[in-house]
Amino acid sequence: MTRIDKETSGAKGAVTVRGLVKHYGETRALDGVDLDVREGTVMGVLGPNGAGKTTLVRCLSTLITPDSGHATVAGYDVVRQPRQLRRVIGLTGQYASVDEKLSGFENLYMIGRLLDLPRKEAKSRASGLLERFSLTEAAGRPAATYSGGMRRRLDLAASMIGSPAVLYLDEPTTGLDPHTRNEVWTEVKRMVGDGVTVLLTTQYMEEAEQLASELTVIDRGKVTAKGGIEELKAQVGGRTLRVRPADALQLRPLAMELDDLGITGLATTTVDSETGTLLVPILSDEQLTAVVGAITARGITIGSISTELPSLDEVFLSLTGHKTGAAQDAAPAPAYEEVAV
Amino acid sequence: MSAATVPLKSDDGRIGLRAHARHTGALVRRNLLWIRQDPESMFDAVLMPIVFTLLFVYVFGGSIGQALGGGQEQYVQYVVPGLMAMMGMNIAMGVGTGFNEDFQKGVMDRFRSLPIGRSSVLLAKISVELLRMLVATTILLTVGVLIGFDITSWPGLFGAVGLAVVFGSSLMWIFLVLGVTMKNAQSVQAMGFLVLFPLQFGSSIFAPTQSMPGWLQTFTDYNPLSSLADAARGLMTGGPIAHDLFVTLGWSVVLTAVMAPIAIHKFRTKS
Repeated sequence: MTRIDKETSGAKGAVTVRGLVKHYGETRALDGVDLDVREGTVMGVLGPNGAGKTTLVRCLSTLITPDSGHATVAGYDVVRQPRQLRRVIGLTGQYASVDEKLSGFENLYMIGRLLDLPRKEAKSRASGLLERFSLTEAAGRPAATYSGGMRRRLDLAASMIGSPAVLYLDEPTTGLDPHTRNEVWTEVKRMVGDGVTVLLTTQYMEEAEQLASELTVIDRGKVTAKGGIEELKAQVGGRTLRVRPADALQLRPLAMELDDLGITGLATTTVDSETGTLLVPILSDEQLTAVVGAITARGITIGSISTELPSLDEVFLSLTGHKTGAAQDAAPAPAYEEVAV
Repeated sequence: MSAATVPLKSDDGRIGLRAHARHTGALVRRNLLWIRQDPESMFDAVLMPIVFTLLFVYVFGGSIGQALGGGQEQYVQYVVPGLMAMMGMNIAMGVGTGFNEDFQKGVMDRFRSLPIGRSSVLLAKISVELLRMLVATTILLTVGVLIGFDITSWPGLFGAVGLAVVFGSSLMWIFLVLGVTMKNAQSVQAMGFLVLFPLQFGSSIFAPTQSMPGWLQTFTDYNPLSSLADAARGLMTGGPIAHDLFVTLGWSVVLTAVMAPIAIHKFRTKS
């Protein structure tokens, strides 16, 4: 096992993980994960269901004990100093971890009291956070009556009560509709603005792009790629251009021609004959313009045109060379995949 | 908004007794707010003692009372202290199911990631259930008195209630262990009833054990619920106390000493 560097482990908001392993029976949920989150940054941990993201967060928040390896958060060891560590972290789980039977206010007040705030301060902190997360009107209602987005916001507020140095966001928008997702993103960005260190797990490339400055891709308990968002995006192949020629007969000749021109991204152009569309990998705006130019230069009438972000499956395909379990079908998955909670 | 609200200490992070009490208090408040939010959750504690007392007294009272050498009045004297023992056990089971439901929701993860003693979550649950037990016992005794239960010793009454509470809280640890280990609340309940019914009916709670077959009598003699019921009878309506009192207290101590550490350990290590 690598010795933990004294300098980084002492930093107030830093997370250092070395060779972390956690078994569940035969399954290696974490199979030697290394991770470094610098103080005040947002680290995105990207991976499909079952990749080990939640297990990692649960290890780092002392909910489970790793089988081997080391991890320190803000200088505290997860195994040897769990009590101190709990003072400096905030956790927002995959499932909103608020008490549904209590009102928004009572939820926050209770957590304030559990964090040793005096009654008065717990009250004012609860009210302050409710206002900040636009929940003042709903403050007196049981959380069970909240919408999905409101519940996540309450959950975020709850993890901010203790002004944590490190915040874990475990799939904060899984199962939310795009509008609500944006709402949550806005709040997370504000929290990051306050200087808190964030470890964010997500299944969505777009979410990682929106919130994280650095990315670690994990698959089957192992780190498969890490680096800056831009770096990884370039590897992935940016966006996908979806074009439907008005005349379906032109589909295949057009695909061949575009590939011959060599103006597309890393992968080859694919034909989706079912919808009569062409999927063109795009790396840059210049490339996008060139492709559209080439299509119109051939005098082809465009029926519809749109660009899509790469789905997680495409990220995986390009970073790991194999597809995620969920995407064995050749059809490209939409950028948003609703996941039932 | 400053980070100073949760001071970083160079200590070992141990939680002091006063902080522990404060955390437990905050969690008790949570459980009490539940009752206010959902008054129906008190139905079992309020209605069970009424329904059971009336059922047993009016259905079995005549015939069992006869066997006791009297009538229905005789059976009221016999069964009310017994029902007190039963009620405690039923409510103790609620701890397990309620706790299990908590685990299904994410809120337990939050509690376990907070810098609080993990036993305070358990203690808060037990405190509130003890309160429900007291409510149920009060209603039971009120109904009992209304249909003729004659309390011969008031100090004995408080002694009996105290004994039931002590024994009930020791039972709760068993159900907490079930609540933490079993997959869902339904299985906790099913398992609970499997334990509950033989213990309750194979005891001196509802009927004297003299007419039972020998092997069953051996069981009822060792059944702590028999001791609790008999001790409560002795305390409230006069009669021998000492032996059953000590047996009940002994069981309480042993159950708590064995089950509480298991419950806390299971709770701590649950993933």
